[in-house]
Amino acid sequence: MAGGRIRARLKRSSLYTFGCIRPPRETIDEPHQFQGPGYSRHVCCNQPGIHRKKPLKYCTNYISTTKYNVITFLPKALFEQFRRVANLYFLLAAALSLTPVSPFSPYSMIAPLVFVVGLSMAKEAVENWHRFMQDMNVNMRKVLVHTGDAGVFVRKPWMKLEVGDVVKVEKDQFFPADLLFLSSSYEDGICYVETMNLDGETNLKVKRSLEVTLPLDDDASFKDFKATIKCEDPNPNLYTFVGNFEYDRQMYPLDPSQILLRDSKLRNTGHVYGVVIFSGHDSKVMQNATKSPSKRSTVEKQMDKLIYVLFTLLVLISLISSIGFAIKTRYQMPNWWYIPPDHQGLYNPHRAALSGFSHLITALILYGYLIPISLYVSIELVKVLQALFINQDIHMYDEETGTPAQARTSNLNEELGMVDTILSDKTGTLTCNQMDFLKCSIAGIPYGTRSSEVELAAASQMAMDLDGHNHEFSRTGAQSGPEIELEVVPTPKGVSSQNRIKGFSFEDNRLMNGNWAREPNKDIILLFFRILALCHTAIPELNEETGTFNYEAESPDEGAFLVAAREFGFEYCKRTQSSISVRERHIPSHEPIEREYKLLNILDFTSKRKRMSVIVQDDTGQILLLCKGADSIIFERLSKNGRQFEDATKKHLNEYAEAGLRTLAFAYRKLETSEYSSWNDEFMKAKTSIGGDRDSMLEHLSDIMEKDLVLVGATAVEDKLQQGVPQCIDKLAQAGLKIWVLTGDKIETAINIGFACSLLRQGMKQICITTNGDMVTHASEVIKENILMQITNASQMVNLEKDPHAAFALIIDGKTLTYALEDDMKHLFLNLAIDCASVICCRVSPKQKALVTRLVKEGTGKTTLAIGDGANDVGMIQEADIGVGISGVEGMQAVMASDFAIAQFRFLERLLVVHGHWCYKRIAQMICYFFYKNIAFGLTLFYFEAFTGFSGQSVYDDWYMLLFNVVLTSLPVIALGVFEQDVSSEICLQFPALYQQGPRNLFFDWYRIFGWMGNGLYCSLIVFFLNIIIFYDQAFRSNGQTADMAVVGTVMFTCVIYSVNCQIALTMSHFTWIQHFLIGFSIVTWYIFLILYGMLSPGLSGNVYQIFLEALSPAPIYWLSILLVAVACNLPYLAHISFQRSFNPMDHHVIQEIKYYKKDVEDRHMWRREKSKARQETKIGFSARVDAKIRHLKFKLQKKTSVFSPRAVSAPTTTPTATAS
Amino acid sequence: MDEALRTKPSSRKPKYSRFTQQELPAWKPILTPKWFITSFVTIAILFTPAGLLCLWASEHVVEIVDRYDDDCLPDSYATNPETFIQSKNTNKTCVRTLKIPRKMTAPIFIYYQLDNFYQNHRRYVKSRSEKQLRDPDDEDETDDCKPIENLNGNEGGPIVPCGLVAWSLFNDTYKFFKGNKVIDIDKKNIAWESDKKYKFGSEVYPKNFQKEGLIGGGQLDESKPLSEQENLIVWMKTAALPTFRKLYGRINTDLEANETITIVIQNNYNTYEFGGEKKVALSTANWIGGKNDFFGISFLAIGGVCFFVAITFILLYVFKPRPPGDPTYLSWNRNQPAQ
Repeated sequence: MAGGRIRARLKRSSLYTFGCIRPPRETIDEPHQFQGPGYSRHVCCNQPGIHRKKPLKYCTNYISTTKYNVITFLPKALFEQFRRVANLYFLLAAALSLTPVSPFSPYSMIAPLVFVVGLSMAKEAVENWHRFMQDMNVNMRKVLVHTGDAGVFVRKPWMKLEVGDVVKVEKDQFFPADLLFLSSSYEDGICYVETMNLDGETNLKVKRSLEVTLPLDDDASFKDFKATIKCEDPNPNLYTFVGNFEYDRQMYPLDPSQILLRDSKLRNTGHVYGVVIFSGHDSKVMQNATKSPSKRSTVEKQMDKLIYVLFTLLVLISLISSIGFAIKTRYQMPNWWYIPPDHQGLYNPHRAALSGFSHLITALILYGYLIPISLYVSIELVKVLQALFINQDIHMYDEETGTPAQARTSNLNEELGMVDTILSDKTGTLTCNQMDFLKCSIAGIPYGTRSSEVELAAASQMAMDLDGHNHEFSRTGAQSGPEIELEVVPTPKGVSSQNRIKGFSFEDNRLMNGNWAREPNKDIILLFFRILALCHTAIPELNEETGTFNYEAESPDEGAFLVAAREFGFEYCKRTQSSISVRERHIPSHEPIEREYKLLNILDFTSKRKRMSVIVQDDTGQILLLCKGADSIIFERLSKNGRQFEDATKKHLNEYAEAGLRTLAFAYRKLETSEYSSWNDEFMKAKTSIGGDRDSMLEHLSDIMEKDLVLVGATAVEDKLQQGVPQCIDKLAQAGLKIWVLTGDKIETAINIGFACSLLRQGMKQICITTNGDMVTHASEVIKENILMQITNASQMVNLEKDPHAAFALIIDGKTLTYALEDDMKHLFLNLAIDCASVICCRVSPKQKALVTRLVKEGTGKTTLAIGDGANDVGMIQEADIGVGISGVEGMQAVMASDFAIAQFRFLERLLVVHGHWCYKRIAQMICYFFYKNIAFGLTLFYFEAFTGFSGQSVYDDWYMLLFNVVLTSLPVIALGVFEQDVSSEICLQFPALYQQGPRNLFFDWYRIFGWMGNGLYCSLIVFFLNIIIFYDQAFRSNGQTADMAVVGTVMFTCVIYSVNCQIALTMSHFTWIQHFLIGFSIVTWYIFLILYGMLSPGLSGNVYQIFLEALSPAPIYWLSILLVAVACNLPYLAHISFQRSFNPMDHHVIQEIKYYKKDVEDRHMWRREKSKARQETKIGFSARVDAKIRHLKFKLQKKTSVFSPRAVSAPTTTPTATAS
Repeated sequence: MDEALRTKPSSRKPKYSRFTQQELPAWKPILTPKWFITSFVTIAILFTPAGLLCLWASEHVVEIVDRYDDDCLPDSYATNPETFIQSKNTNKTCVRTLKIPRKMTAPIFIYYQLDNFYQNHRRYVKSRSEKQLRDPDDEDETDDCKPIENLNGNEGGPIVPCGLVAWSLFNDTYKFFKGNKVIDIDKKNIAWESDKKYKFGSEVYPKNFQKEGLIGGGQLDESKPLSEQENLIVWMKTAALPTFRKLYGRINTDLEANETITIVIQNNYNTYEFGGEKKVALSTANWIGGKNDFFGISFLAIGGVCFFVAITFILLYVFKPRPPGDPTYLSWNRNQPAQ
């Protein structure tokens, strides 16, 4: 009995892998003859201890992705900090401040530096800690490990695993290391593995153990198991493995099918036993892990340039001042008897050049205030807080998977607001990779009433937009209302989503519950159902709980077909090597009859053939060829009398495609026994033949068989888009973003999805650039030539297009892309792609994804964002300016490589349009303001110095300067960076056009930067000269005292504090209590500091002793001059923004006003109209679809109203598909 | 694993708060024409009277300034003024006559004003010892005072007060006469209270001051503690610019208009070497301090500018009004004015 069971299982497992229809693998039974370097790994299985000491000591299974450890943290983190030019400069300045040339006391240089660097390092430390915790999470996962030689397995954390350990991995668990597969719960030693984490592919892969290890199938059998593996050294190649397995003094060769890779998952298999070969960082997946490149945002790069500009300015004024100093020292100082020359030191008239030089250093330190020391740390702090807001955004939290959005790096926040092109993966990102059977057309009659998501969304969109567009229509004088309504797809309301069957969304009573038997073409319908249930390669799995079957299918489409067949009453229940059994239930009340079909042949699906067929013999002995395939392929293979329903079906297929559904056509052919057997003989012969032309022979034979078909019908399957994807794409397109889809899928699927998410639509001219199948044999030059021609032709076509509404879509496949990405062609390709409204790249490898990303990034010079969910997207995610990973699904690779992780594609809209927009504006304004305030302050030092004979004396107390950047002006600007909102999040979403302020870089262009710097210059002039003229000689108190340096300095400093804080209040447009508090706090802190500092003993406070309470506060002129200077400083800016707002307002200004005056409530119509208009010219997305449709309708109306007018060019929807190939 | 997943969602869901969702109530002021025209007009309205007030106050200050460095140089020394000023034997007395233009009410402040004197030079500013000035025990704290730190190298002990600032003490003296009658000059309370009390010690007496080598400026009375040497205290408050005025003393009697006063100056201080000017100034002071027309003028100027800007805006607004929140100004409407 037991033997029988084993045999049954054996068959089954080989069936699934279609071993039955494939020639036996030509196994090399010789062990590999490798030696030498690269193949030195020696693994002793099940002998704990051996691998703990040299020479067989390999790295443990502990993984660490942290940047630092306890020891390396300090040096490494410090090094990182001082790689920034500004920090290095401040370090140098701090070092020099210990020498006598320093204009300040050392502590005032060192303290801020320590503070700033310390804060940045603290941030690094925290991030590192998080990484460490994440690692530990993985390291502490438990796995069953064989201990000693007792034959007992105990749970151990992954990190404790060692090379040579025998582990038992249970169903749905991840493999803890790279394992040699010994045996599984299937007796024939196969197991199914999901490698989603490695390559992003969701279908299961089969692994097969060596036959010799099959008996090791229970815990106890490992008691005495001993073996040795000699194999290659750790390497990152996922698909190769070379090694020998020595067991019982026999050598067996190993190949990749015996290797279970770390981070892949055991599926559909109870458990497997394996031996650890590569552990920890040696494992292939870890070897594959590339260091994620550190990315810097555009704004930050521009800021670097700005810092260089300031450095230049700094050096320039330092030079001026040192030359001035040298001249003064040389020619004037000898006359200053009160400053006798200092023959050793810096003030020697005879060595003026030297004095000048040493003064250069002094000046470089003194004017260091031009470069805001706290800029980096403030920006970092702001970004961390911004990231916190992103993480906390409840609108980006996915209830289903329980994942919030996560900003994994905080230094790209503002880059989110500048994205120009989105490169998206398809499977798992745009789609759920789950198919739903939605509609079908049988015998020319369409079935299935439910609308696809695309239809629903289009309908609602149209209904919403009708209002606004009607308006336009009425001007054309045509009464179009009813016509449009007719076009609106009826939206089924109240569709119960309860009892939803996964993969089946079909709704039509004519076919359900056996009602099909009353339909006119019931025979054809029966045949259709049988094709559904028979023409596939899936295996059924009985769900013990519900008693129904689940299907493990090669593709999700097939799964959907089988579910549909089951629901129609044709439950596929059993498969043997030679038969398929289906439980047919024609009338619901009856018991099902189990019918067995003899399975004669399977003609495989390949992307080239685009069809698959089965040849079966039913219980009446009739041999049938059942075929399903791409409609174009099927239609050209129909027999003359098989074309009865062709026209109707074609029409339906078009409708389905338009609704964004994946379509397949079904056909059959009745075969005579003699005809079949003669064919089968040849087929068998070809199959068993060995040689290069075997495949082409088989293909040829299949071709002979699959003709003269009779069309039965067609199916429409919805590749379920992820929730909200079309809407999100629509909004993103309206925000002016270009969207490229890069997918590993085949071209048809990709196009279907393109339709589903409105990247493609009817009437769009599709430019397909492909290499024809027969060109494979050609030399690469010929292919290249051909592709080049295709690209040039297409470019010409695009350039010659006159119709402004014409939209082009570029579709290119991976093979072609290899050529198109070569250096001499890539720019042509890119230029074509840029001209197209949407670009879809199919069948691209992960590497190509990265290359395309790089091409777009470097070719256009604009910001790119890559989004994906699988390991195959890692390259692209790392290459793009911003990488976004889809989290919440099991694979973590993409997320680990990403900069931002979101649970659903649709959150991208909010991430970009709200957070990106805000962050960009915040950071841009913040940086501008930072430079403004430091210039305003720093230059006053320079002016003053010019009045001190360029001697390097500062008018301010050291403490003032120390506090200026760190305390007195830093908090409001941080508040600006964290809390500023030009418009609320709802408005950001409603007016996607606002997003364009980022990609156009309106807030951080040189014009604006220099405007701010000019403002700083003006402010410094006002602060300095007004105060100097007011205070230099006259008494400022009624009892006659004149102002000394400390008084002048304090007044000037107070003016600076007031001016820059008023300035930031003018800059902000959003004041919560926090901003109010912080601006007030900054000014109050200054006074508190002044009072407290003045109260310290004179030894500490020096000239500032009692200055505020005794000298300044009783003087009215002090208060008045603050008022005067602060107002004078901010006047030009106030005038500027007033002018800009009144006569040249930006979009957000107008919207702010509409909101402020509640015009949106008063004039809802206007508000809605503007909302719908607030978008960039776009040719993709729903709105573009609706526009196109309306243009089309308008056009038709025009034709109707003006019958006699000459016919214009063809309407958009009837434009033939242009295929330049 | 599964359990962990199941419990996670609730804990990972961000908690709603208006803060975390960035929905805190906020004041979102809009810079409407009404608003900014009002603010410009307000500034104009505030600043113009303030300016007038300051000018008026400044106008009430009576100030007489007399430059005497050139005139007090005898003609015979015109080519080598340094010999004159450095010689101990020359007669440095100089008589100046001033006419009081308007009535000056007491207190009348007497200032000396130096020009082109870099009291703010870094080397000069640093050349002092706060500790030594404050505390007799710290008289050796002379590190910063080079080269005026110790007498005769190191042997003579520290100089108190040390450093260039004290050493270059201004030493011209003024005597005021109305006719033949001496006008008393009150030299008390010309320094800040805090300086007298806390920064210049009442126990610290001048020592070794101006005793050897190059003699800088004035001498100090060794019998008086530093806290009472107010001219030194005033001098040691270094000025911000190379042109500065310092308080010399106070006349506590009114001077009537058109009165003539004579000032007998001891022209001791060497400004000839560096080409500086010396002036003596008599000035009254009120709440605005001394005569400061510039202050009031600045106020008036800003007020005027604001007024001008406000008018410009109003005019522009009359001719090219933009109703707030007018959607035609949105970029997508401006780019396609087709409708």
